[in-house]
Amino acid sequence: MPEIPAAGELFGFLSLNARAIAPQLHLIVWGLGLLCLDFILPGRGIRFLGFYGKSFSVALALLGLIAASIQLWLLWGTGNGDAFYNMVTQDAFSEVFGILFLVSAILAIALSYRHLDIEDAQHSEYYSILLFATAGMMFMAGAVDLVTIFVGLELMSVSTYILVGFLRRQRRSNEASMKYFLMGAFSTAIILYGMSLLYGISGSTNLNVIAQEAARREDNTLLILALFLMLAGLCFKIAAVPFHMWAPDAYEGAPTGITAFMSVAVKAAAFAVFLRIFYVTFHDFHDLYMGVLAIIAMATMTWGNVAAVTQQNVKRLLAYSSISHAGFVLMGLVVGTQPGISASVVYLFAYTFMNLGAWAIVILLRRRDVIGESIEDFNGLYFKHPGLAILNLIFFLSLAGIPPLAGFIAKYAVFAAVIESALAAGQAHGQLLMWLAVVAALNAVVSLFYYLRIVVAMFIERESLPVPLSFSVGVWFVLLVTGFFTIFIGIYPDPFFDLARIASLPLVF
Amino acid sequence: MIGPNHYLFLSAIVFTIGAVGVLTRRNVIIIFMSIELMLNAVNLNLIAFSAHLQDLAGQVFVVFVITVAAAEAAVGLGIVIALFRNRETINMDEIDLMRG
Repeated sequence: MPEIPAAGELFGFLSLNARAIAPQLHLIVWGLGLLCLDFILPGRGIRFLGFYGKSFSVALALLGLIAASIQLWLLWGTGNGDAFYNMVTQDAFSEVFGILFLVSAILAIALSYRHLDIEDAQHSEYYSILLFATAGMMFMAGAVDLVTIFVGLELMSVSTYILVGFLRRQRRSNEASMKYFLMGAFSTAIILYGMSLLYGISGSTNLNVIAQEAARREDNTLLILALFLMLAGLCFKIAAVPFHMWAPDAYEGAPTGITAFMSVAVKAAAFAVFLRIFYVTFHDFHDLYMGVLAIIAMATMTWGNVAAVTQQNVKRLLAYSSISHAGFVLMGLVVGTQPGISASVVYLFAYTFMNLGAWAIVILLRRRDVIGESIEDFNGLYFKHPGLAILNLIFFLSLAGIPPLAGFIAKYAVFAAVIESALAAGQAHGQLLMWLAVVAALNAVVSLFYYLRIVVAMFIERESLPVPLSFSVGVWFVLLVTGFFTIFIGIYPDPFFDLARIASLPLVF
Repeated sequence: MIGPNHYLFLSAIVFTIGAVGVLTRRNVIIIFMSIELMLNAVNLNLIAFSAHLQDLAGQVFVVFVITVAAAEAAVGLGIVIALFRNRETINMDEIDLMRG
């Protein structure tokens, strides 16, 4: 009697190894469920089981993220490997980035709930689109095929375009979303053109196969063209100079919760793709692109800092500071070694916590009838809420890279990677890397200047805040988590270095 | 005889027209059309390579690109409508609330 095959085998489901994308599937199913449930959930103002209607969507979104986190935890280290016929993989790199995305999404939702009430834009779609964006990011981190990279990138980008324009009655939000959309679509088209050339050269869309084909070929003109097209497109996505001009506008106009999310998670997702493509596919051409990347990194951190100095709007100031931090993360890519990847990942983790903390305080300043985005709005914060002001000081000092905080450890990691490789490299590259380290060190000093402008406003200007700050459980939660990790990474960074090291292993041969 | 190189040149020309359009035009809809032109240049490339290499992956990729471009167009036009309701303009030079 023939054995009856299990349903999974019958449909060839098992050979797809769908288990490897369980966290993403959870995010998408919960997000879709949330969209459907929105029609039957009671509206705002109606109490049901002791909750207001829209609390349900927040709770569901958080549950979805927690479910995805549990799935990620269950998958942790199981090494399911390639799934869907080498379209997407589940390795330490995608797992570690997955943690970063899920944590940022949870914190972004906690930041947003009260803020959306104040902005009069409390809709369930916000949370479900946030889940879709997170799923897109996780696909990007796990993608080993050009098609998956493209689909993940677009799932994230299109969701983010919507979220940036979510305050649809506000002109600034419309504008921000318009600019972000045009620049984002433009950069996607550039990346795609590079991808099409890569496919033409190798006859495959798999990153590993392309790398093998590239190593075999004599004439690499087209491949180098593809490399630089993808470099330019990805620099758009991470907002590196000279492709950064959309970022301050998009960050300023977006709802602040989304700005915070974009500055950490969206950027980290673009870096994940950047790392994977440039380490796996283009690694043989490292000498070629290293110089260009080093110059972009120097220009990015310098221009971000110089432009931030004159800003009056805090959201814009933090947007430029975020640009300059992207320059520091790029340093890890310039190095092109395993410590380089680790340094970038450590930097991204430290940056996620300290930056979300700083944004949490900006969100507190947005109250009904108070825009709360200029530096004057910080005036006298210390005299009204001393604890909050000191916490904010910690975040800003950490962003500036003062020991013993997370930002210092992050900067230390990238400096160590760059200098180590400078001493090991040949003459020309060694000098370039040394210059990179010098410029980065100078930039750390400049950044202190504009962060201290806000600190001065908080601690020295004696002006009481006329309207109480918009505290909420979510924002307290974010402040606690980010404050804890900003100090924790500073004094005991070993777990994060371990995490970054295992993340880097799948990318180096 | 028309070989893959002809298609590559055509695609490069279309892509360049699109890129120049994005950088020089001021009307949001025209910019958006230029981006679509760039995406179609990519499709042309992929199809030409796919035919030349006798490999299906390129054509599959094209289907993905077309689908995603449609989703992107839906969102993009939605953003244009939201903007137009508030501002009564779709000229990029007049969309300048944020500066610096």
